[in-house]
Amino acid sequence: MGIWIMAGVTFREAARKKMLWMALAAGGAFLILFGTGLHFQAKEFAARGMSPVLRREISFAMLTMGLYAVDLLAVLMTILTSVDTLSGEIASGTIQAVATKPVPRWQVLVGKWFGFVGMLTAYIAIMVSGVNAITYVMPGVTARHLLRGCLLMWMESLVLLSVTFAFATYFSTLTSGVLTLGLHGLAFLGGWIEQFGALAQTQRAVDVGVIASVLMPSEALWRRAAYEMQSPLANAMRISPFSTLSVPSMAMVFYAALYLALALLVAIRRFSQRDL
Amino acid sequence: MSQADDLAIRTRGLRKVFSGKVAVRNLTLDVPRGEVFGFLGPNGAGKSTSVKMLLGLVFPTSGEAEILGRPAGDVKTRSKVGFLPEHFRFYDWLTSAELLKLHGRLYGMSHATIRERVPALLDLVGLTPHRDKRLRDFSKGMMQRIGLAQALLNEPDLIFLDEPTSGLDPFGRRLVRDIIKAQRDRGATVLLNSHLLGEVEITCDRVAFIKDGEVVETRQLHGENEEQTTVSIRALHVTAEVVHGLSQWTPSVRSEGERLTLTLSPGSLLPEVVRYLVAKGADVYEVTPQRLSLEERFLEIVGSDGGL
Repeated sequence: MGIWIMAGVTFREAARKKMLWMALAAGGAFLILFGTGLHFQAKEFAARGMSPVLRREISFAMLTMGLYAVDLLAVLMTILTSVDTLSGEIASGTIQAVATKPVPRWQVLVGKWFGFVGMLTAYIAIMVSGVNAITYVMPGVTARHLLRGCLLMWMESLVLLSVTFAFATYFSTLTSGVLTLGLHGLAFLGGWIEQFGALAQTQRAVDVGVIASVLMPSEALWRRAAYEMQSPLANAMRISPFSTLSVPSMAMVFYAALYLALALLVAIRRFSQRDL
Repeated sequence: MSQADDLAIRTRGLRKVFSGKVAVRNLTLDVPRGEVFGFLGPNGAGKSTSVKMLLGLVFPTSGEAEILGRPAGDVKTRSKVGFLPEHFRFYDWLTSAELLKLHGRLYGMSHATIRERVPALLDLVGLTPHRDKRLRDFSKGMMQRIGLAQALLNEPDLIFLDEPTSGLDPFGRRLVRDIIKAQRDRGATVLLNSHLLGEVEITCDRVAFIKDGEVVETRQLHGENEEQTTVSIRALHVTAEVVHGLSQWTPSVRSEGERLTLTLSPGSLLPEVVRYLVAKGADVYEVTPQRLSLEERFLEIVGSDGGL
């Protein structure tokens, strides 16, 4: 019961503090920009008399770019909105009025986690649907395995959310934010090093990328999501910036799920045992 | 009911060390059910840390603590406990009525009870006109009032009030005093942490002086069982033999002219002493208990450094 009370209040907090609406407004602005870009691109293609196959592939690339932007927005939203919820309330003493109620501490934490999961699910669903709706209506393409890709992006957010929670039970808001963003940055760079390593057939560079993904599997989930969603031709020809020269395996996806669960368990354990 | 069941709070050798710094050295305390108990001590004496250990917010380094017969921190027991933190803060986007409803749900209260208790509590703390106002627009005093309301929402058996009058005007302070009295009348136990000695003196049955994380003295403030009373008696025809006879009750007797000054422990021996004097032929004109004020005792204990 305590879980759902805390989940509800956390979700409402996001709405009342206008976090969710501002994020959606920013997302809406992005969708408008994206749609406008596609509109002018379509006009240009028609004027040039471009072949339908090439037009379709470029539209697919645009779709992947749009989804990549959504992924970045979701990553930032995950970290920025959730980073203060634990450490901030511990520092201000707000948590004391909750932690002295007949609700176990783990339920308080898991409830807050679910509140953010609800918010992020809504955000990712709306944004991914928005991008796909635009590309469906305008150039007539949609992501290849939309649900699978969407779930992987959702999982990436959940990994980052759990890591943010785990850091926030140890450190201040600022430190937790810097650490989580830093880890994601590491994974991001590692992902690109892996891609270029694969392109140049440098095994050590690929290994560096894999190690970065082991340290933080968030970016690997996005790369797997891109692989699932972009066109088969792009995957086969390796022409996309999110090419599949080195596709994170399903083992990496399972590892990410384990990583997520472990980060959440660390957060629960630490929050249940620390002084408030 | 065993003796331990009669106690609302029981601690034995409670100790808390934060990164090598001792916050609470050795807290041993018994607070019977139904008592209004004051915690007095200078800043940094360990009062708030002690309260937090009793509430399960802070984990003790060693020692034992029980509240309402269960180990401190027991989740189920918390439904019978109310707590007003020193600086009450909560989600500032909630209105005062929403805050109380949320706390009612966290206490596990039924919807019907919440519907009944929320308006009653808002009324009690004088916030009915502000029921739909968001906390971000509240003054410090209003925050303290709504904090007090959430602490009383579940009609707790044990209430911890940490500096409850902080930020309150004289009306607010009067309100807190009245509320504490009402809680005592319904049988609740109140633990009051306060710097305001006058307030403690009015509201508490008993106080503990804490210094360097240790109880240095407990003192009964009201009722017949005051632990120690110094009495000044004006009486005529008191012979040296009669004065000597007073040593059966106290070793501390001073006789100067018509005035006798003696310290009785416990204070309830006083009627017996007066009967003795009258029986020995003394004419008793005046009996004045001279209790050392709480402030004087506080300063004596804290010392000239002010506890810093």
